[in-house]
Amino acid sequence: MTALPGRTEKSLGLVIDLDTCVGCQACAVSCKEWNSASGSHAPLADLDAYGAAPAGTFLNRVHSFEVTPPEGPAVVVHFPRSCLHCADAPCVTVCPTGASYKRAEDGIVLVDEAACIGCGLCAWACPYGARELDGAERVMKKCTLCVDRIYNDALPEADRVPACVKACPTGARHFGDLADPGSAVSRLVAARGGFDLMPEQGTRPVNKYLPPRPRGPSGQAPLEPLAAAAPGGFLGWLDRALDRL
Amino acid sequence: MGRAPDLAPRIADEVRRTTCYMCACRCGIEVHVKDGQVRHIEGNRDHPVNRGVLCAKGSAGVMQHNSPARLRAPLLRTGPRGSGEFREISWDEALATATAWLQPLRATAPEKLAFFTGRDQSQGLTGWWAQMFGTPNYAAHGGFCSVNMAAAGIYTLGGAFWEFGATDWERTRLLVMFGVAEDHDSNPIKIGLGKLKARGARVIAVNPVRTGYAAVADDWIAITPGTDGLLILALAQELLRAGRIDLDYLARFTDAGILIDAREGPTRGLYLRDAEGRPLVIDRRTGAPAPWEAPGVAPDLARGLAEDGVEHLPVFRHLALRLLDPAHAPEAVAARCGVPAERIRALAAELAAAAFEAPVVLPWPWTDFRGERHAAMVGRPVSFHAMRGISAHSNGFQTARALHVLQCLLGAVETPGGFRFKPPCPRPAAAQPRPHGARGPGQPLAGPPLGFPLGPDDLLVDAEGRPQRIDKAFSWEAPLAVHGLMHMVIANAHAGDPYPVDTLFLYMANMAWNSSMNTAGTMRMLADRRPDGEYVIPRIICADAYSSEMVAYADLVLPDTTYLERHDCISLLDRPISEPDAMADAIRWPVVAPDRPGHAGVRPFQSVLLDLGARLGLPGMVAADGSPRYRDYADYIVNHERRPGIGPLAGWRGDGTARGRGAPNPGQLDRYIAAGGFWQAHVPEEAAFFKPWNRAWQDWATAMGLQDRPNPYPFALWVEPLRRFQLAAEGHGPRQPPEHLRARIRACLDPLPFWPPALEEAAVDAAAFPLHALTQRPMAMYHSWGSQNAWLRQIHGENLLFLPEAVWRQGGFAPGDWAVVTSPSGSITVPVAPMAAQNAATVWTWNAIGKRAGAWALDPAAPEATRGFLLNHLIGELLPDQGDGRRWANSDPVTGQAAWFDLRVRVERAGPDARLQPAFAPQSSPVGRGPAVVRHGGLWR
Amino acid sequence: MHPAVSIILFTVLSGAGFGLLALLGTGAAGRPAGWAAFVPFALGLGLAGAGLVASAFHLGRPERALRAFTQWRTSWLSREAVLAAATFAVVVPNAAASVLLARPLPGLGWAGAVLAVATVGSTAMIYAQMRTVPRWRHWTTLAVFLAAAAAGGTLLAGLRWPALAALGLLGIALAAHWRAGDRPLGRAGQDAGTATGLGALGRVRPLSPAHTGGSYVLKEMVHVVGRRHARRLRLLAFLLAVVLPAALVAPGWGGWLAFAIAAPLHLGGMLAARWLFFAEAEHVVGLYYGRG
Ligand SMILES: Nc1nc2c(c(=O)[nH]1)N[C@H]1C(S)=C(S)[C@@H](COP(=O)(O)OP(=O)(O)OC[C@H]3O[C@@H](n4cnc5c(=O)[nH]c(N)nc54)[C@H](O)[C@@H]3O)O[C@H]1N2
Ligand SMILES: Nc1nc2c(c(=O)[nH]1)N[C@H]1C(S)=C(S)[C@@H](COP(=O)(O)OP(=O)(O)OC[C@H]3O[C@@H](n4cnc5c(=O)[nH]c(N)nc54)[C@H](O)[C@@H]3O)O[C@H]1N2
Ligand code: SF4
Ligand code: SF4
Ligand code: SF4
Ligand code: SF4
Ligand code: SF4
Ligand SMILES: [Mo]
Repeated sequence: MTALPGRTEKSLGLVIDLDTCVGCQACAVSCKEWNSASGSHAPLADLDAYGAAPAGTFLNRVHSFEVTPPEGPAVVVHFPRSCLHCADAPCVTVCPTGASYKRAEDGIVLVDEAACIGCGLCAWACPYGARELDGAERVMKKCTLCVDRIYNDALPEADRVPACVKACPTGARHFGDLADPGSAVSRLVAARGGFDLMPEQGTRPVNKYLPPRPRGPSGQAPLEPLAAAAPGGFLGWLDRALDRL
Repeated sequence: MGRAPDLAPRIADEVRRTTCYMCACRCGIEVHVKDGQVRHIEGNRDHPVNRGVLCAKGSAGVMQHNSPARLRAPLLRTGPRGSGEFREISWDEALATATAWLQPLRATAPEKLAFFTGRDQSQGLTGWWAQMFGTPNYAAHGGFCSVNMAAAGIYTLGGAFWEFGATDWERTRLLVMFGVAEDHDSNPIKIGLGKLKARGARVIAVNPVRTGYAAVADDWIAITPGTDGLLILALAQELLRAGRIDLDYLARFTDAGILIDAREGPTRGLYLRDAEGRPLVIDRRTGAPAPWEAPGVAPDLARGLAEDGVEHLPVFRHLALRLLDPAHAPEAVAARCGVPAERIRALAAELAAAAFEAPVVLPWPWTDFRGERHAAMVGRPVSFHAMRGISAHSNGFQTARALHVLQCLLGAVETPGGFRFKPPCPRPAAAQPRPHGARGPGQPLAGPPLGFPLGPDDLLVDAEGRPQRIDKAFSWEAPLAVHGLMHMVIANAHAGDPYPVDTLFLYMANMAWNSSMNTAGTMRMLADRRPDGEYVIPRIICADAYSSEMVAYADLVLPDTTYLERHDCISLLDRPISEPDAMADAIRWPVVAPDRPGHAGVRPFQSVLLDLGARLGLPGMVAADGSPRYRDYADYIVNHERRPGIGPLAGWRGDGTARGRGAPNPGQLDRYIAAGGFWQAHVPEEAAFFKPWNRAWQDWATAMGLQDRPNPYPFALWVEPLRRFQLAAEGHGPRQPPEHLRARIRACLDPLPFWPPALEEAAVDAAAFPLHALTQRPMAMYHSWGSQNAWLRQIHGENLLFLPEAVWRQGGFAPGDWAVVTSPSGSITVPVAPMAAQNAATVWTWNAIGKRAGAWALDPAAPEATRGFLLNHLIGELLPDQGDGRRWANSDPVTGQAAWFDLRVRVERAGPDARLQPAFAPQSSPVGRGPAVVRHGGLWR
Repeated sequence: MHPAVSIILFTVLSGAGFGLLALLGTGAAGRPAGWAAFVPFALGLGLAGAGLVASAFHLGRPERALRAFTQWRTSWLSREAVLAAATFAVVVPNAAASVLLARPLPGLGWAGAVLAVATVGSTAMIYAQMRTVPRWRHWTTLAVFLAAAAAGGTLLAGLRWPALAALGLLGIALAAHWRAGDRPLGRAGQDAGTATGLGALGRVRPLSPAHTGGSYVLKEMVHVVGRRHARRLRLLAFLLAVVLPAALVAPGWGGWLAFAIAAPLHLGGMLAARWLFFAEAEHVVGLYYGRG
């Protein structure tokens, strides 16, 4: 049923640090790879793969934005975008088939591909462009929060994290339970002022973004030259300094 | 409720751990294999390089492995060069053909074989093969890549950034990165940056463009390209003027106290030495000269030695004079660098504060080479990293030198919190081999073709001073060309200058496209014919794994396997994967079997090379009875010994317990495989820092076979080998530079760092070409390889030239516009976009996205061929004629490093019907086209 | 949004069909019986049915379409499906009785009318509920769909004054929809700055797209139409859907021929208007791609 669970036991999700993300696309590609290879879902297809207009399904896309402040130089912010596993997920409630659902136990929003009719409505309802209809399978695809990794006892325990989190070389992606205020991710969000994307959409995303830290000079005062103070100039200073060694 | 997915899929029959190949970072990977097919690749958490993370290219390895552009059989050219028309032949025919071509060369003039090997990860083998063949004309890609960095690092410190050193990520509090977009050390740098961010340490990027690492840096200095040397010298002046330098470190561990011979004559400017050849310092305790390394010596940095009416001053006095030159004052350099003087001052102050206000103290006692015991390791938590942003300029060698001198002034090399060597480094130039020239028909070289010259005596020039090598490395044009000059080979071979070659043998270098300067010209030269119809370069053999642009120009193509189908060896003898705390090496092994059904198939290039070597009867490659000495590369990896007990792999030698040194162990590869594809030995704590001067390190490195004996040495603020070349230019010694190079050698091979303007800058009219043009590595692409990857090409299938906002406005550009970009050597028409976060005099684009139509099994109408472009068409391998009738190489005069980033251009709006220029006729594809739909994983549902 | 032919056909045809069925059910168009009832019922059911069939082409997996009937408690699309089916379930017996037995069943007729209107309403709500598409999330969406159904139905039924009234309402609704929708996303306070949450730091602008290759989201949600092109098309749509049909059926003209010309003109105009309804609608995800 596409009714949303009122509350979920956990709210598993990602925290993405925009201060640290270098835009390397590792998360986007590892996501594509795992979600094609795991076999839990249909592979993510690539159409015209070697042709003039390639177009494929990715569940995670990394943008680059340029931000020009009123004063000071422009900055560049790399910005990964994937499903935010919203608490009030409009993609779920619009689904006519029940294929889209939010798990009561951990809040993960999933698509049952066997039930999906590929109407595309959920993708329309998602403000974040997090859903893509697969060009070959003709069903809706979205981030699964790697539900087939995080509970997968065939993987070593350390690897039971989303593929993108494992791959991210800078550690800009964090995975955990955002319903638990004591979890590492919740504490990170609190400490760094994590925020929601498009709060006006009323989706109440689980995933949070950490803002880039302020950029710019440290404000260190310039060094005092010693020539003026030091008798004998530089050599004099040098001699005395060597004596002190 | 939807149906629950399978929460615990079993995706593999077996996980095979090997090493990634998608770039030279060489991360550890876990390849999940099912039914003999590659299903999934992820990072190996135990691996010292990547610790489980994996970049986009590494994750997309499965698409690289399954690329439709994979070659399937040896190819013999049927159409004209460049057409891409071939017929498939058998391996027997291929090897017989190659042998028939090479045999006579070796018998008559081995140097007529030019063997160049791109981003080769097996230079231990390929260099040795060239040596045994007897041709000095061997090098890999280093000459057009980062030889400035490598040479400056080795000659100054005995180690360089990237593979031979790294930031102390655990302890540094300030990292300044000069011109790094991605680097070879990609994942370790990203992991490191993540650590700094998590700790709240500061990162400053000096880069004309603020993307990638520069985007996440806390501060950004938008330097004008080619002027970093000035900025660094100004920083050094500030520190010196304020006395904020580490005198103790300079005195103990660098040549700052060593006296420079002031006597007129052939020794002027060299270290003053005692009768035993030991450099002399003034001992502060006695005021008398003493050998630098003598126990208890306290080198004086101020006082000189008056003798014979001259005063021999310590290096530090010379350096101070140079640094305090008013030309290096922040105000004096600000305009040129595009960095306000107060920003330079503030940066210097930040460096000083980070270095001196809170030293890192590790309570690890150690003993230095003079025998002095230190209670703790004390360091300066400020570190630097630099790559091609300073390296790929014609003043890059001296710029990198300046940076290393700055590091020394701060006492931040090999001390906690600073820059640390990775084993086998430290290893100074004197402890490296010298280059070796040809010895005549049928003769192997006496040593490796590449090496580190210590003076004119080591040059490879003939009696008239003419280059002995086809690329003119180790000649007066590029005396310290320690990696060769791959970018000059085709031009020189075409011009027959210094002599014609017969066979050009290329391995994994896309010289007909993105790795050449003046690409269109290079393609012309490769296909150019003599009046008699013969090609000017008579034969081209190319070993490649894919249908690249270069393959189309080969006469004979030797198809390689993919990286998952062969053995490889990432050796300490070559470019290892060590990290500062561990010496490490690794292998690749065939985690899947090569299959190219219906075709003759592919063979690992290294095995083919050994096979060829055996057919040619090369020493070391044949047994006494003339049979092949090595079955294949795997056999070589295990059994080859460079020196007794020292082989390609350091792990599990002898009976399986020996490390570093030991007899060959037939079970060695199995041990590597069982261990995850790599081996490492942790550096003992006592040896962790101060390595060049640390007895514990020197003993450990000797025991591990990294060196034959302890070899402490001072860092070289003053590089004697450079001075020896200057002396020659001043008329001393038997080997004299040709007249036209005398002044340049005198000026450029300065033993102290200085800043000359880039050659192109000096050569072109700045008003006609007001902008600098750069490329950057996209993190998700590896040069040309990435485009055959169905996933990666969706991320970067085309590129834009980013224009500074003012240029955009003044040029009247609108979104979607194209521009004509003109340099002194060519013109291209390309799509453009505006960007604010870049230096106002700089345009840039991603590197190597453009492809020649028909290459890489792509549709000729692919965006890579219709909207993707190279800046290479604008870059000349030669500089414009300066009226002296000579065309100088567009390379650093010291090392021959290709000056990609000296490029100057102007940009004008193109008409409404603009299309990509230049456009080339499509090449035909010897491998057909890729499938329309790719569904990786479809197999397993 | 990508203007998919299947959806445009579906919404326009089924709207008019349900409009006609509603009129037949209420008796506003009389209660024809026998073979006289065949044409209007067939037309209504045919258009509504053709529209539904066309909509199936929009589905990735049409063979599973039946599943769409299950989620009527939350999903407007599901409600639409259920209501459409219910409408057919009620209208078909009435049609059969009217044609075969010549005995219209007013009770079923009224029920069918209510269901037909509800179906059109729920179709409209599929769009009107989308917060992600500001141009749709407005009362005028419902108004346009309902007025279009009324206009289509009355024109097909040949009802002069009701048709004129419905066309008038449609004209107003369309104009209002266009006017309201022409606030760009920016006026709704949304831009790349709000979408990324980086707006407080400065002016935010996409530097490079996340991917140079195509994607479903780009194709489906980030469709752009030229402004000039849109203006011309609006004019054409308004003329065809509203002005010309009204002129044709206005008093002084008329006769069945006028309706026979007016109805297809109107439907043609609505196809253009519906194309615009999609093509002009900006989805907020476009903000990440520098659109909006
Ligand atoms: N993903 C990926 N990784 C790669 C490669 C790849 O193709 N793709 N290639 C590998 C190879 S072969 C190499 S050599 C390395 C190179 O790795 P990098 O050294 O990172 O090389 P580039 O991408 O060329 O980046 C040069 C950087 O220097 C900046 N720059 C240019 N001129 C100047 C200057 O004058 N001063 C300063 N301060 N900065 C300047 C540019 O803006 C750019 O950011 O990367 C290796 N790693
Ligand atoms: N404008 C501009 N040009 C540049 C640079 C720049 O910064 N700006 N950078 C320069 C630098 S630093 C470099 S290193 C060069 C890089 O340029 P190249 O070294 O030419 O790099 P690739 O395009 O990766 O080409 C390598 C070749 O190796 C082949 N190959 C790949 N895998 C295998 C394999 O497993 N076996 C074999 N046998 N072959 C294989 C590929 O098919 C390809 O033909 O580009 C240079 N060109
Ligand atoms: S991000 Fe989009 S797809 Fe994911 S839960 Fe929210 S609305 Fe649904
Ligand atoms: S596309 Fe599939 S998941 Fe999305 S709304 Fe339609 S049926 Fe539901
Ligand atoms: S959690 Fe898994 S599915 Fe979601 S973006 Fe990351 S890798 Fe992709
Ligand atoms: S992998 Fe990490 S650093 Fe790279 S783009 Fe994704 S979030 Fe950013
Ligand atoms: S950085 Fe990426 S491509 Fe390079 S070796 Fe590591 S995983 Fe492979
Ligand atoms: Mo390179």
